[in-house]
Amino acid sequence: MITDLAQILITTLTVGSMYALVAVGVSLIYSATGVINFAQGEFVMISGMTVAGLYGQLGWPLAPAIGVALVAVLLYGALLMVLTTGLARRTSLIGVLIITIGASIATSGTAARIWDSDTHRFAPFSGDAPFWVFGATVTPQALWIIGVSTVCVAGLIWFMRSTMVGKAMRACSLDKSAATMVGIPVQATVMVSFLLSGLLGGVGGIVTTPLTTVDAYSGMLLAIKGFSAAMLGGMGSIVGALLGALLIAFIETVTVTFGSSALKELPTFTAIILVLLLLPRGIVGGRQEAGLQHEDLTKQ
Amino acid sequence: MLELANISVSYGFISALKDVSLNVDEGEIVALIGSNGAGKSTLINTCAGLVRPGGGEIRLRDRALLKTPSYKRAELGIAVVPENRRLFGEMSVRDNLCLGAFSRSSMGRMPDLKQDIEMVFALFPRLAERQSQRAMTMSGGEQQMLAIGRALMSRPQIILMDEPSIGLAPKIVARIFEVIRQLREQGKTILLAEQNAAASLRIADRAYVLELGRITMQGKASELWEQDKIRKLYLGENKT
Repeated sequence: MITDLAQILITTLTVGSMYALVAVGVSLIYSATGVINFAQGEFVMISGMTVAGLYGQLGWPLAPAIGVALVAVLLYGALLMVLTTGLARRTSLIGVLIITIGASIATSGTAARIWDSDTHRFAPFSGDAPFWVFGATVTPQALWIIGVSTVCVAGLIWFMRSTMVGKAMRACSLDKSAATMVGIPVQATVMVSFLLSGLLGGVGGIVTTPLTTVDAYSGMLLAIKGFSAAMLGGMGSIVGALLGALLIAFIETVTVTFGSSALKELPTFTAIILVLLLLPRGIVGGRQEAGLQHEDLTKQ
Repeated sequence: MLELANISVSYGFISALKDVSLNVDEGEIVALIGSNGAGKSTLINTCAGLVRPGGGEIRLRDRALLKTPSYKRAELGIAVVPENRRLFGEMSVRDNLCLGAFSRSSMGRMPDLKQDIEMVFALFPRLAERQSQRAMTMSGGEQQMLAIGRALMSRPQIILMDEPSIGLAPKIVARIFEVIRQLREQGKTILLAEQNAAASLRIADRAYVLELGRITMQGKASELWEQDKIRKLYLGENKT
């Protein structure tokens, strides 16, 4: 029993950390632009494939391979920003959403051309030898995933709450006109959101690939999981995205432990539908209702 | 200080401002009075850069502004107290004030804001008590004080106020107008768009009357106050 619990806990944390990096990225871009970025999983795929190619196959040292992967996701983030906010300015929000889906498919296809359609991985950072905690198997890479994700998400929360740029980003997501009036360049904060989002996904690809493997088409499912987690937690909230990711990971882990891995997605998406029926704004989203209600006042 | 020359604005086929010229000199309070829909907010938003005029020119200290993007106008010294306050509701009072000074930061680095925050707290002691509270949880009057405080944080050359008295209890309105008068004594320059003609003419130096997008009267506030037409137009509805 203890063993089961410990195993569920460690697996939930590992998988949840991976989903959280995607979900928080989805949430960041949503706050900045109102767009749900279905290409968010491609950041993970691009960085995973890059490191697998350079470090795993070509034998580069790990550090420069990671450097190249991060530069690649930053460039991809900038490209997505141009696609979704620049070229797409004349279309509707739904149009932009479809652009992100298109971008995701195009990216997978391009990646399959550049590399191949096979599954890739590379060696874990600290070896393969697992150890046991209360009878549960823990791989060193799982600890890397949990540790690095925690540092990234905690760092992001600190950045948004305590730095001027972070506060400016929150201000833009709350009220773009008011932000402009106090002198915040809204476009620049949108760019920062895309780049940070890209970095989160990129880091996710780097730490998870040794454990989960990667292929050219693995981005889309991750994006859907990340989107679901962000939605479940309350779109636009970082803490919400984190909670949503952990909840989805927990449900999946329990299903796989006591049921079958073929059924993995069923309880997850059932739970998402239930939560959204009961709490349409997600777990932490209820507070948005008490907003400033500018519109109500203008009617007086 | 601020000068609008022949500004025209239209939203589609509807013309909101027609050939409006107006100027605000240093150290003045200039009132812009008019009823709902007269174009007051359009004029303020045009100065702030949120609305692009079809023709005319805006100058701040002889510098043409129309090509300047709106966020850079804050840097040049234009601060806005927007209609309905537009605070960052989910953020704390203190964060709202800090963001008010955003235009003074460079590369995300803030100058020391202690003095400015103290100055705002001296003006509105209520905000000091509530500094870590979220802005949207405060009363309408407190929110309006915060909106004015936020505008002051940028150390502006001119403050554009859009209906600061709207939706507030008479006692709070009196307090807000008292503060606006104090700001003028400190040498601030203010363009005050208001429906409340009586209260604004009392504190203003000069005033313009805006009707259906045109300026129909202008002059010293005290002289406009004497005119029967203004009394008839605006006093019937706005008793203070």
